[in-house]
Amino acid sequence: MRHWILGVAVAAHAFAQTHPEAVAGRKIFESQCALCHGQTGGGGRGPALNRPKLDRAPDDDALRKLISEGSGDMPGAWQLHADEVVAVAAYVRTLGALPQEVVPGDAARGAGVYRARGCAGCHLIAGQGEGFGPELSAVGARRSAAFIRQTILKPASTLPDGFQYVAATPRSGAAIRGIRVNEDSFTIQLRDASGRYHSLRKSELKDLHRLEGETPMPSYERQIVGADLDDLVAYLAGLKGTP
Amino acid sequence: MKWLALSLLFCVPTWCQVPFERIVNAAREPGNWLTYSGNFQGHRFSPLSQITPANIGDLKVKWAYQMETRAEVSPIVVDGVMYVTGPNTAAALDVRTGRELWTWKRPIPKDYQNIGFGRVNRGPAVLGDQVFVATLDCYLVALDAKSGLERWSAKVEDYKPGYSMTLAPLAIRDKVLVGVSGGETGIRGFVDAYDAKSGSRAWRFYTIPGRGEPGNETWPGDSWKTGGGSTWVTGSYDPETNLVYWGIGNPGPDWNPDSRRGDNLYTCSLVALDGDTGKLKWHFQFTPNDSHDWDATHVPVLFEAEIRGARRKLVAVANRNAFYYVLDRTSGEFIAGRPYSKQTWAKGLDDRGRPIVIANTEPSEAGTLVWPNLNGATVWFSPSYSPQEGLLYVATREIASIYFKRKAEYKPGTFFAGGGEMEPPGGAESGAIRALAAATGEMRWEFKMHSAPWAGVLSTAGGLVFSGSDEGNFFALDAKTGKPLWDFQTGGRIAANPISFNIDGKQSVAIAAGRVLYVFGL
Repeated sequence: MRHWILGVAVAAHAFAQTHPEAVAGRKIFESQCALCHGQTGGGGRGPALNRPKLDRAPDDDALRKLISEGSGDMPGAWQLHADEVVAVAAYVRTLGALPQEVVPGDAARGAGVYRARGCAGCHLIAGQGEGFGPELSAVGARRSAAFIRQTILKPASTLPDGFQYVAATPRSGAAIRGIRVNEDSFTIQLRDASGRYHSLRKSELKDLHRLEGETPMPSYERQIVGADLDDLVAYLAGLKGTP
Repeated sequence: MKWLALSLLFCVPTWCQVPFERIVNAAREPGNWLTYSGNFQGHRFSPLSQITPANIGDLKVKWAYQMETRAEVSPIVVDGVMYVTGPNTAAALDVRTGRELWTWKRPIPKDYQNIGFGRVNRGPAVLGDQVFVATLDCYLVALDAKSGLERWSAKVEDYKPGYSMTLAPLAIRDKVLVGVSGGETGIRGFVDAYDAKSGSRAWRFYTIPGRGEPGNETWPGDSWKTGGGSTWVTGSYDPETNLVYWGIGNPGPDWNPDSRRGDNLYTCSLVALDGDTGKLKWHFQFTPNDSHDWDATHVPVLFEAEIRGARRKLVAVANRNAFYYVLDRTSGEFIAGRPYSKQTWAKGLDDRGRPIVIANTEPSEAGTLVWPNLNGATVWFSPSYSPQEGLLYVATREIASIYFKRKAEYKPGTFFAGGGEMEPPGGAESGAIRALAAATGEMRWEFKMHSAPWAGVLSTAGGLVFSGSDEGNFFALDAKTGKPLWDFQTGGRIAANPISFNIDGKQSVAIAAGRVLYVFGL
């Protein structure tokens, strides 16, 4: 894993050297963007950027606008000067020009692993399956293979903010465990494993806590190993959604 | 005066005069809300007591008014008419039904840019038979209260280098006071006073002293010329001493203090100005040589309390830098101060109220983690002071930030900040309404919130505290204990200050949420 990152970093460095804007942009990227997008744009909390096509930034103008204004969970980098935004955008494009990571494994066999393990019981791909967990139709476009692998092995380590797992105990009644769909200072809305919504007032709960280190998705660390794991990762990493 | 009393009796919307004396004695007519903070002392406290913890469960929406853009307005209510503003807009509404009586609009120039803040307006002011509005393109406009037609408009400053106004003006005696936004574009801030009748400028107090003036020596070289020191939140006023109290914003460039080593007076300070001349009576600086963008632009709260056996005239500021300060408001003397929110940048305050700064808490190229973030422990939205409880209620934010420093180049009308901030990934954010003993800052209670708030607080004689959340909750707490008693989902982010007034003798509470102004009553 580390060799691969090193290789990419070296390649990025070499490429950036021929584009001076990108050099300045790299510095800013590594200090301000890498925290969410990964040191080499491999993704993390934010999507992977080391792809030739970025869905939300089809051209340079769109990319610069996205960088300075942000979008959704991504804060806008309003403190960057216009020329710095151009530099960061140039660097991000160099990440996309890198040779795409080679993902070992057989994607076709991986589809079989996905079916056999019942992943469709919680996930939706191209309209098939259940929408309890994140949709996976384009997971390969958003997430690096490394991130996908990590999630299968230790889902609690990559749990997205929108899928926090909580336990709420009403004053009279059993505890409800579910994904936190929304929350404010007075109410919380959960969706349990059966897909049912619960609308709760915090004043009617005797306990509410986040299930730290737990996720609705079980860990497959021991169940999916070796070639099966590689194949499943290859399958998911190849899901880029509809163009 | 009989006609005034008669018209009030019949509750007919009349175009009553609002002479200065009415605002001075605002507490005597709690059914109206005559100035931004309810009174000149900055209390945002309603003497009305019809709504109480016992009956608040019956509070319901009476009417709603929708605006064109997200609203941050704190309305004014005078004798059956409510005055509201938006960016470069104003309207008079029938307080019974919310129906428009007149509207006014001024075009926003195509080349106007708001740098570092949103296109909002926080409210009108009234004096005599006029309504005053501060515009984004930096004009102070006087409208005839009866018709909404313009009486005069005064150019406060050129908007192109970054000067702008989002605040509610403050009308005192015979003048209307305004402050400016633009601290992120290297302006030189000021507080202006305009003659209410003619619109001519009566005085200007520059927050950054010029060459040769006391305080200029706290700026090396020419750094004072682009010093910032904006004044974008409405101040308070003591009619007895004719002193204006105004908060001053951060120095520029915001996150890079290298070119301006020195205290940078009077940025991040509270100043007391003579109401007639604008001359500085005293200043107190909260954050010398600030590099975290901790504007001290808060509504100063004027009150009295016993300090060591003697009754003192005081001013309290719950500051963005996470410290709460109590000063003598006649002299600026530091009385007491303590943190009211998590902070990691100062060991404490020395006996003159100056922070004892911890090393390595300034922004850096690699990034420095500090509590609180640039928005600080509280921002522009109003605290509330209840003279009944002796408590100051403040909407408090707790968020850390990684502060970056980079080089800053001044170009008029562009971002001149030298860096920025970033929330640490996975960073915990929280907020609370905190009740502090006004004379000391000791926390009496807190109501924890799901997220850090961006809305002000209103307290009432009925024993309630009202505020709002980012998730749209408008809620009421018990003023004594902080216990939540009532909440309503408005459907819009609340970024405004609540007010209370009467409709036909019955207490109402209003709050802007999203683009909607809601009015509640029993």
